[in-house]
Amino acid sequence: MQDVTDTLPGPADLDFEGWACPVPLRDVPCVVMGHGGGGAMSGELIEHLFLPAYGAAAAADLGDSAVLTVGSDTRLAFSTDSFVVKPMFFPGGSIGDLAVNGTVNDLAMSGATPLYLSTAFILAEGTELSVLGRIARAVGRAAESAGVQLVTGDTKVVERASGDGVYLNTSGIGVVPSGVDIHVRRARPGDAVLVSGDIGVHGVAVMSCREGLEFGTAVESDTAPLHGLVASMLATGADVHVLRDPTRGGVSASLNEIARASEVGIELVERLLPVPATVRDACSLLGLDPLQVANEGKLIAIVPAADADRVLAAMRAHPLGRSACRIGSCVPDHAGMVVARTGLGGSRVIALPIGEQLPRIC
Amino acid sequence: MKYLDEFSDSDLAKKLIDQIHAATTRKWAMMEVCGGQTHSIIRHGIDQLLPDSVEMIHGPGCPVCVTPLETIDRALAIAARPGVIFCSFGDMLRVPGSSQDLFSVRSAGGDVRVVYSPLDALKLARENPDREVVFFGIGFETTAPANAMTVYQAKQLGVRNFSLLVSHVLVPPAIAAIMESSTCRVQAFLAAGHVCSVMGTAEYPSLARKYKVPIVVTGFEPLDILEGIRRTVLQLEAGRHELENAYPRAVRAEGNVPAMKMLADVFEVTDRTWRGIGEIPRSGWRLSERYREFDAEQRFDVTDIHTSESSLCRSGEVLQGLIKPHLCEAFGKECTPRNPLGATMVSSEGACAAYYTHRRLELVDAK
Repeated sequence: MQDVTDTLPGPADLDFEGWACPVPLRDVPCVVMGHGGGGAMSGELIEHLFLPAYGAAAAADLGDSAVLTVGSDTRLAFSTDSFVVKPMFFPGGSIGDLAVNGTVNDLAMSGATPLYLSTAFILAEGTELSVLGRIARAVGRAAESAGVQLVTGDTKVVERASGDGVYLNTSGIGVVPSGVDIHVRRARPGDAVLVSGDIGVHGVAVMSCREGLEFGTAVESDTAPLHGLVASMLATGADVHVLRDPTRGGVSASLNEIARASEVGIELVERLLPVPATVRDACSLLGLDPLQVANEGKLIAIVPAADADRVLAAMRAHPLGRSACRIGSCVPDHAGMVVARTGLGGSRVIALPIGEQLPRIC
Repeated sequence: MKYLDEFSDSDLAKKLIDQIHAATTRKWAMMEVCGGQTHSIIRHGIDQLLPDSVEMIHGPGCPVCVTPLETIDRALAIAARPGVIFCSFGDMLRVPGSSQDLFSVRSAGGDVRVVYSPLDALKLARENPDREVVFFGIGFETTAPANAMTVYQAKQLGVRNFSLLVSHVLVPPAIAAIMESSTCRVQAFLAAGHVCSVMGTAEYPSLARKYKVPIVVTGFEPLDILEGIRRTVLQLEAGRHELENAYPRAVRAEGNVPAMKMLADVFEVTDRTWRGIGEIPRSGWRLSERYREFDAEQRFDVTDIHTSESSLCRSGEVLQGLIKPHLCEAFGKECTPRNPLGATMVSSEGACAAYYTHRRLELVDAK
């Protein structure tokens, strides 16, 4: 028997949070749900399947949005996103709201002013037209509220056996103001990590609609267009380095993406995380981590520490940023990794979610 | 849940940590039995705040970890059959069997559904009388009562298209098996509070006496765990080995009597294989004769599926605290969290997965 009291640190150094429990097989022959979870499996699909297949035609890293220079100085932001949420209607919104706000927010995270959207519906045979009408009205209201125009679209129908309800793709374009340079690779050690408000709300709202999961208190989705909030932040003159809307995979996925792309460490202070009681309790019940639960109306901002206070003040002055707060910093240590200081004074690694977050047995 | 905040109070936690430090005069190794406790210890960084001389050994109490490979292969075989709706708690969908997982079965056309209660599966059976609905009933004494109630209801209601794939395991025999091991290093146990809330504490005093180990029934919030550790250290330092209940708000000595009656009716004790450890006599439950008609293994005739673990995997020794994960030759090579060979690499509550993550941090620091 080998001696266990050897050189590697003991249990005090362990982190159990880094892996979804349990983990998926790496080499699955077919698409599995985890490939669409916004975590490591989604990233691997892009890196190992799409980018090699696209070859020289892939001009960017296939992120949430691309900033394209047109002519000599006009910079357009371009984004596309598909929405397959079940249930299609949930407290605080619907697939229609998500489809508009999601693409608007992907554009806003590059600092752009969103202008035009397309809508492409894929409908399962048998979908009630009244349901489709409700979704279409939600799309119209959300676009009007966000100040974007719906300029082109498409409709396809698949056989009943091939689909389920309504799938909706929106693509959008916007204009990036001059002087704005927001990119996932711009985080620097010393930068402040800000979040615009309570986290995990959307994911819990959707879960609360599922049979048998009532959390006592109604939780409404936070779906909202964030470009107005971003404009307020940029109006301070601060050099905003990175913006991300932490949707699939939650805050954890977004921060890991930033840490890896910018090659910085990120250190969170757990007691500063704005997790509302309803979200905390629902996550506790299901064995989920609020940091990995989806948001649809929140943003994470990485800004120089010197700019943090004025950016926060601007965020708090905006209706969608009233609860904005600083949750941590970028650090030179553990580049590419996110570490949280726990409420009791310990620490844990916040790893990139692998696939879908699944409720734990116990 | 508001009152739970009191059990995360950092000032109180600091006082308890100080008391643990003050009471500890030598090296002690204690095992928290339950994976939920392991999760909480790591989640809150509790292990980093203990004296270096107090070692927490992470026990075999993650139900996902210890479900035998052949049971998972049987689940996959059943789930792949046409006409079956296979229902499971969420985190079993990603546990790899010999060649795939339930997600892959679903991807290939199997009707695999995540449910939050076995009663949801029974409801599905009643709504789909032309389909066979199977629930994957795994876990310790904590998840067993709901499964027993579901089978009981299925029998009462005459629902013939419902069955249970059972792989329940019991904590006290596992404690005994760990202590019987010739290389056992465990000097005390934090017993699983939720298990005791169902089963009471009657089985533990004799274990404490026989093996001369303190056993402290412990909860799951940070202060619960620290209080459990504090009491365990005090017993160890005083040379005592008794059962203590440090979780009185949830655990009564007699347990949940109606639940225990239901369990005794629906289940019977059987030998059970634990993934990574092997067979432990009388350490599990199977459906009793009265309810055997609801046994999915019998109904789908999958009892002949036998699978052996990778010979490279040493997770059994890891689970018993005999070796550190990196001493296994397959660690980080053939065996990673994305391609696990054994129980302790499968689960987020497994020590091998945790070490793998830690070594990533170490490599980063070394740059």
